Amino acid sequence: MNAAGRPLLEVKGLRMHFPITEGLVARKLVGEVKAIDGIDFAVHRGETLGLVGESGCGKTTTGRCILRLERPTAGEIYYDGVDIARMERKELRGLRRRIQVIFQDPYSSLNPRMKVGDILAEPIKVHGIEPDAAKRSARVRELLSVCGLNPRFADRYPHEMSGGQRQRVGIARALALNPEFIVCDEAVSALDVSIQAQVVNLLEDLREQFGLTYLFIAHDLSVVRHLCQRVAVMYLGRIVELADGDELFGNPLHPYTQALLAAVPVPDPTVEAHRTFRPVQGEVPSPINPPSGCVFHPRCPMAVEGCKHSRPELREVRPGHFVACSEVR
Amino acid sequence: MPPLLEVKGLRTEFRTGAGIVRAVDGISYTVDPGETVAIVGESGSGKSVGALSVLRLIPDPPGRITQGEILFAGRDIMRLSGSEMREVRGGEIGMVFQEPMTSLNPVLSIGRQITETLEQHRGMDAAAARKRAVELLGLVGISDASRRLKQYPHQLSGGMRQRIMIAIALSCDPKLIIADEPTTALDVTIQAQILELMKDLTRRLNVALIIITHNLGVVARYANRVNVMYAGRIVESGPAGDVYHNPRHPYTMALLRSVPRLDRPRQERLDPVEGQPPDLTRLDGGCAFRPRCRFATDACAESKPSLLPAGVAGHLAACFQSGAIARETGEAA
Repeated sequence: MNAAGRPLLEVKGLRMHFPITEGLVARKLVGEVKAIDGIDFAVHRGETLGLVGESGCGKTTTGRCILRLERPTAGEIYYDGVDIARMERKELRGLRRRIQVIFQDPYSSLNPRMKVGDILAEPIKVHGIEPDAAKRSARVRELLSVCGLNPRFADRYPHEMSGGQRQRVGIARALALNPEFIVCDEAVSALDVSIQAQVVNLLEDLREQFGLTYLFIAHDLSVVRHLCQRVAVMYLGRIVELADGDELFGNPLHPYTQALLAAVPVPDPTVEAHRTFRPVQGEVPSPINPPSGCVFHPRCPMAVEGCKHSRPELREVRPGHFVACSEVR
Repeated sequence: MPPLLEVKGLRTEFRTGAGIVRAVDGISYTVDPGETVAIVGESGSGKSVGALSVLRLIPDPPGRITQGEILFAGRDIMRLSGSEMREVRGGEIGMVFQEPMTSLNPVLSIGRQITETLEQHRGMDAAAARKRAVELLGLVGISDASRRLKQYPHQLSGGMRQRIMIAIALSCDPKLIIADEPTTALDVTIQAQILELMKDLTRRLNVALIIITHNLGVVARYANRVNVMYAGRIVESGPAGDVYHNPRHPYTMALLRSVPRLDRPRQERLDPVEGQPPDLTRLDGGCAFRPRCRFATDACAESKPSLLPAGVAGHLAACFQSGAIARETGEAA
């Protein structure tokens, strides 16, 4: 396949198991948390892939593996054709310039003792992109104004800014190295409704302006529907459904996706009055000891005997629409 | 029928290093027996402080209720003694807070936390309280009650803890439950379970519910009436359907337009509320929303608009321009 048709990012059979140990001196392995248990997906250049699911489903760990903040237990992560899953620290340095991250919490992800200007200049300095201090500060001012902030904010400390402004600083920092790919890990979840829309629009503008590719990790399905071309739904370390956004939200096939969508109330009393709704029962089981077969079977309204024994693989039920459920035809 | 709760001109202030912050600035509303009223607003709008004031749970210093009346079932809450107030809290008014891990006592068993309330408020003996606790757990959908009663909060999931909070809130047959962001810390499917449970129980037991939230979808699904707060004031109030379909305040209108909707395909761009939320230490005599408002006129800088009837009966808005807004939303509809 040529470089043009090749996805920018391709994840194959990714697993991330965290060991659980006991004992203070002689650490004994007593189990594993299967945070990610074999997932496959691809992200194409210029697209936004949404990764949704509830807490503990492995969506954040997936992002951390792609950023290589974790070393995956198994599987391959091809970035622009090169497997980065096993890369060593030194080799990763070059990758850091190409893949960046925006974190959820604009309060804890900015160093409170650094001025905004220094926060933004640091990556430029560390990577030796602009050794000249005056040019660096010009670049900082440019980054601030690209993200809708007054360049004078360079002299402020994070605590002098509101949550929405801080998140813009977090975005500016991610852009500082001119990356191609940005992992947005719950990037708008901590913001108030009126500010959230501003930041969502900013992310869209930046994607167009700089030709960025996003992996957008979130639990807020309404934002994901708005922002993402394709969406993958995770449950207990596995992808259960993956499709185009409008297809997934308009025609969800996996019983978990259906339950998830039904659970989200729509801001319209008339629509809500006409919806009949029974919430899915039970809670997400522990990833230390996941259920046998299909991990969703204990909560699934469609489950049959076979679901307890065999794990359904993700299969293409119609063009571009993948589901991991044996009961979906 | 008189309202169960009537709040009149409530004002709560905090003395801070940056000056006096009027977190709640003269709010008035009522709650009828058995109805669900939502209070919606963003961080710093005063929605939580307003509700905590009703329970007189504002720490003094730095906070103080400086004005207003709170009538609950015909009694003025502001005039109750400390011990009478303790009877009301957890007795006639139950509470459910956002973070069940911090609102449950980590060193007491679940059983003890439920029976304590019953012994304090209902004077039950240990055996009767335990029997009632088992019943309550069944009511909130927790099976295997005898085992659960021996457990501690850290052994339970977030959803389970919030069920325990609801059981405690219901334990003394309250007339009103105040729930402050009861599901914000929970996952979507668990959030739906807890909200359905609260709706079902409040209807069955005829308990009124004040639900404080920032989630416009939750309001649409569960509330009969809604109060929208901005910078310490109620800017719009009315039946949920009217407020959502015919908003008469520019903030409500902008807020509803800014949220992406799950039931609609991708649109071009979101329509955000521009500007930043107000700094409560720097409010002037005019309307606090004015810097972000596209309808603002000179009159908006001179005085704060009061909450006046707009549209159908029971629909109120605090805006000088609500007529113009009605025309615009009317055209759109």
